[in-house]
Amino acid sequence: MDMKAPEKKLGIKEKYRLLTRDLAWEPTYHSTKEIYPYLEYEGIKIHDWDKWEDPFRLTMDAYWKYQGEKERKFYAIIDAHAQNNGHLNITDGRYLSALKLFLQAISPGEYAAHKGFARVGREFAGAGTQVACQMQALDEIRHAQTQIHALSNYNKYYNGFHAFSEQRDRIWYTSVPRSFFDDAMSAGPFEFMIAIGFSFEYVLTNLLFVPFMSGAAYNGDMATVTFGFSAQSDEARHMTLGLECIKFMLEQDPDNLPIVQRWIDKWFWRGFRVLGLVSTMMDYMLPKRVMSWREAWEIYGVENGGALFKDLAFYGIRPPKGWEDAGKAIDHMSHQFMLGFYQWRFGTAFHSWIPSEEDMNWLSSKYPTTFDKYYRPRWDFIRKAEAEGKPFKNFGLAKLCQCCQLPIVFTEPDDPTTLCNRQTTYKGEIYHFCSDGCQDIFEHEPEKYVQAWLPMPQLFQAPVNGDLMAWMDWAHLRDGEDNGEYPGSADQKNFDRWRGLATSNE
Amino acid sequence: MAVTALKPYDFKPRDLQENFQGKQIVYAAWDHHLLFAAAFLICVPPEMTFRDFVEGPLSQLLSLDPDTPAIDWAKAEWLKGKEPFVPDFDRSLAENGIAHKEQLRLRTPGLNTITPEV
Repeated sequence: MDMKAPEKKLGIKEKYRLLTRDLAWEPTYHSTKEIYPYLEYEGIKIHDWDKWEDPFRLTMDAYWKYQGEKERKFYAIIDAHAQNNGHLNITDGRYLSALKLFLQAISPGEYAAHKGFARVGREFAGAGTQVACQMQALDEIRHAQTQIHALSNYNKYYNGFHAFSEQRDRIWYTSVPRSFFDDAMSAGPFEFMIAIGFSFEYVLTNLLFVPFMSGAAYNGDMATVTFGFSAQSDEARHMTLGLECIKFMLEQDPDNLPIVQRWIDKWFWRGFRVLGLVSTMMDYMLPKRVMSWREAWEIYGVENGGALFKDLAFYGIRPPKGWEDAGKAIDHMSHQFMLGFYQWRFGTAFHSWIPSEEDMNWLSSKYPTTFDKYYRPRWDFIRKAEAEGKPFKNFGLAKLCQCCQLPIVFTEPDDPTTLCNRQTTYKGEIYHFCSDGCQDIFEHEPEKYVQAWLPMPQLFQAPVNGDLMAWMDWAHLRDGEDNGEYPGSADQKNFDRWRGLATSNE
Repeated sequence: MAVTALKPYDFKPRDLQENFQGKQIVYAAWDHHLLFAAAFLICVPPEMTFRDFVEGPLSQLLSLDPDTPAIDWAKAEWLKGKEPFVPDFDRSLAENGIAHKEQLRLRTPGLNTITPEV
């Protein structure tokens, strides 16, 4: 009798080859163009999809095993956090504002990224590309879920966590990341990859996640540290996908270079504007601060970003157009944002406060050329007004940028005492911008941005018609609970009382 | 440049004047007064006189700044968009050529307690 030779166990490389390359069959009864209708209209020329290398070659069974293990660890820690009143271990209730801003502005972005990668995984023709995009789509939805689960513990005790999914579409500062993702998702698959895979995941993600997660660790928030670690370990794969994609486009055809360069210019600037929210969190919202926004920019922007663009120079890529303006904004942006958040605090689903003398001394040591000269006098005036019983509340709404949708709190790159004014007229309508970067983006594709749903002008249209209380109801913003100053808020009173109960015999 | 798209791509702007129930938007800012984080968005009827605009909504919003009582409106300088502009206080916003979403900038040289000029 013949013995059947045992089947050779497949190596991981072989397994991956079988997993992916068999997906790339030649269609017989539909044309390739019908199956992949979005591959050519952006102008990117691809000659050989097999040249796309996925260095991770992760197979589905390995992926499930690896992610499943992370999930088990993650849920064990957040269960312990919930059972042991982990919310009382944070440094101070002011820290909650950073978490609320993250949940309202960033977590919905993870979900949007999931939808985007699921879509481009279908739209790209290469099998390696399809698999890598599909895995990233799964990662992104997992990130959204773990963030929402981790922060739901805080929702049991504090205000401002309850309506992030509605607020994502309805509040003026959340419309900034929302429009960022809408812009990417309404672009073609290649532009989406540069927008999210490259600019956001590769160039800017460290500026978001590293400071935010170290901030959580410094401020005793183990739940957030855990989702941070669980997500961060996927980022290496995401960054590689983004970088492989850009190299692939540049190697396939020289005509791709100017298109890719324009996307890098655009998406660096859009990402930089979104990150302005992070600058405020780092410089103002963390009771125990990790490093200043300026210091984070030096490490993750100038050093890492600089090295990356040096590498890409080989392909003819130059640093993004807005790089210099970004550098000039670093010493100003967090202060400009926080003054805005504070004075429009009736319309924020988190609390703000006047920085203390000690906070301001820290800020002037970190921003020696700008804080005392430009920003301390404003806070001094605001503090004095508050002490005299005339709290500084700006009830005017703000002019927003037609592209990034931020209130135009920014000053001219070379004159920190004059607000940046940029405007253009397109088909008889006036449009305003916060910067040359945003104006360039608009002027390249005005048809796209004229439709922007800008939250402040919308407030004066039907059905709200300028009624601020009606707007608050619609935005799920509970006046006197979610908004306003931290001192005297329910969050402040409750945090202090519960922490007192936990740490004393009162 | 035209948008990169597969099919005709032409959508209505969301902020056309017709959506504001007979009103219009005017953006107004006071140069070198950065206690106010951004230019104000003010929604008013185009028939409102420039005087009513200044003495009404604009003055109300500006009142938080310590320099406000010292403004000499007769001497104040204005920009409309990028151009110098001399308003007629007794004519309407429309008659002053202030279109929907126009940006006005008030300038009061020498009067800037909190934000020094460079």
